Amino acid sequence: MIVGQQKPLEEIWGMIKDYKKVLVFGCNTCVAVCHQGGNKEAEILASMLKMKASQEGIAIEITNSGIERQCEHEFFEQAETIIQKADAILSTACGIGVQFMAEKYPKPIYPGLNTTFLGAVEQLGVYTERCQACGQCILGQTAGICPIARCAKRVMNGPCGGSTKGKCEINKEVDCAWQLIVDRLALLGRMDDYEKLAPIKDWSSDRAGGPRKLVREDMLNE
Amino acid sequence: MSNSTTPSKLQKILAAGHLGVTSECGPPRGSDPQAVIEKAELIKDYVDAVNITDNQTSVCRMCSLAACIRLKTLGVEPVLQMVTRDRNRIALQSDILGAASWDINNILCLSGDHQSFGDHAAGQNVHDLDSMQLIQTVRMMRDQGKFLGGDDIKRPPQMFVGAAANPFADPYEIRVARLAKKIAAGAEFIQTQCIYNLDKFEDWMKKVVDRGLHEKTYIMAGMTPMKSAGMARYMKNRVPGMDVPEDVVKRLADTPKDKQADEGIKICIEAIQRLKEVKGLSGFHIMAIEWEEKVPEIVKATGLYPRPQV
Ligand code: SF4
Ligand code: SF4
Repeated sequence: MIVGQQKPLEEIWGMIKDYKKVLVFGCNTCVAVCHQGGNKEAEILASMLKMKASQEGIAIEITNSGIERQCEHEFFEQAETIIQKADAILSTACGIGVQFMAEKYPKPIYPGLNTTFLGAVEQLGVYTERCQACGQCILGQTAGICPIARCAKRVMNGPCGGSTKGKCEINKEVDCAWQLIVDRLALLGRMDDYEKLAPIKDWSSDRAGGPRKLVREDMLNE
Repeated sequence: MSNSTTPSKLQKILAAGHLGVTSECGPPRGSDPQAVIEKAELIKDYVDAVNITDNQTSVCRMCSLAACIRLKTLGVEPVLQMVTRDRNRIALQSDILGAASWDINNILCLSGDHQSFGDHAAGQNVHDLDSMQLIQTVRMMRDQGKFLGGDDIKRPPQMFVGAAANPFADPYEIRVARLAKKIAAGAEFIQTQCIYNLDKFEDWMKKVVDRGLHEKTYIMAGMTPMKSAGMARYMKNRVPGMDVPEDVVKRLADTPKDKQADEGIKICIEAIQRLKEVKGLSGFHIMAIEWEEKVPEIVKATGLYPRPQV
């Protein structure tokens, strides 16, 4: 899922303080799972902003609402009226939701979160990066552990010389992705695979290739 | 061994069966060439080639290529170090051609330290290729005369291709397999991480020899003399992938402060003397970090002077 982290209140305040009617608008899927931008968090954020406004003695009407997903058209219908009433929107969706709203509505839309990574819920309250959506998945060659997202140097034929006691050179708290890969290759009895050189990666399906697009013709004609 | 022959003097010396000696020089953090010139003058008669580091420890410095050209004009053979951290495949290949235009005939392919260690921690890293893929790239440019993109190169580079190996990094079980992988990628010489744990290094070398890898690449042992007990402790505790045994730290710590530097040189000389006997080893890479004036002393004391003429 997409993991995000709420921006500091001061930063958010700086973005919205000059508007009269601000809607804090949640997205109840990924960013709700990590308790940062769901409809409940939007409600909490709205009340914190109301407090802030009264402390600063500034009259802003702050409301809150939310939908299931801000990255798809069909969910917006139910919130249409409340969105129309606001003169600025603080979206607590990921960067996709914020951009999608900006495309849909000709009014100021601000991000309430820092969109952080594509991750897994390791345990409640701990989220870790697992994928960078490179567009050409190599997990088949790396025993199901992604060196692009999880190795600090995204080396394809690691580990680099900095791997120490299973940890990455950047930080003793961070697992060395290549230690994980080697351990899993050993577990699967596939250590011979380790010596196969990984081909030079084609990054054209990654960010390098510009914005990506997926079209399913069969679904368009339905 | 790779049956390539490049104009590299280092390659000729190693191929003739001599123990090779290289050293390194970190370019200055400014544009004054004097620092490079002085270091080169100090060591030029005692080594076969001098590595120029590429923004070592991710701290921004004068570029390796320019410093290599400087060495070349002084009659010193350079080894161009190149990290994949800062440049994509276009820039890497372009710099290789630039180096080749100056007849720089040695390259050492590295991934580089993570930028978070340096003076531009907020910078983006590139890692379009990794170190093994850079080795493959130089080999393709040289042996096939082609760019990665497939086009022909007019006057391909003539470079003796090297890589680094760390016998002490984890996971230890794959340390030899990893060397084999670098050789498969095309590494013709290897310079290792600084060696302090001689037993562990000898164990690694034994495994390397058992697999016959010493017949496929020249392995040069990395040596760095310690200046003080403080430096030993720092390397032991702070530098990732470094194995400094406690007895080395203790030996320095038990030496009076004003004698610790001499003791560090002694330790280094003893280590080289011991490792000279190790089967499969082809030479030494003496990295006297900001202590280049000590290189002649070490080379002389270990019987590696005078350097052979080829
Ligand atoms: S290889 Fe690419 S798509 Fe696959 S997990 Fe890694 S970043 Fe994601
Ligand atoms: S220590 Fe491991 S995870 Fe960290 S950069 Fe090196 S190979 Fe990648």
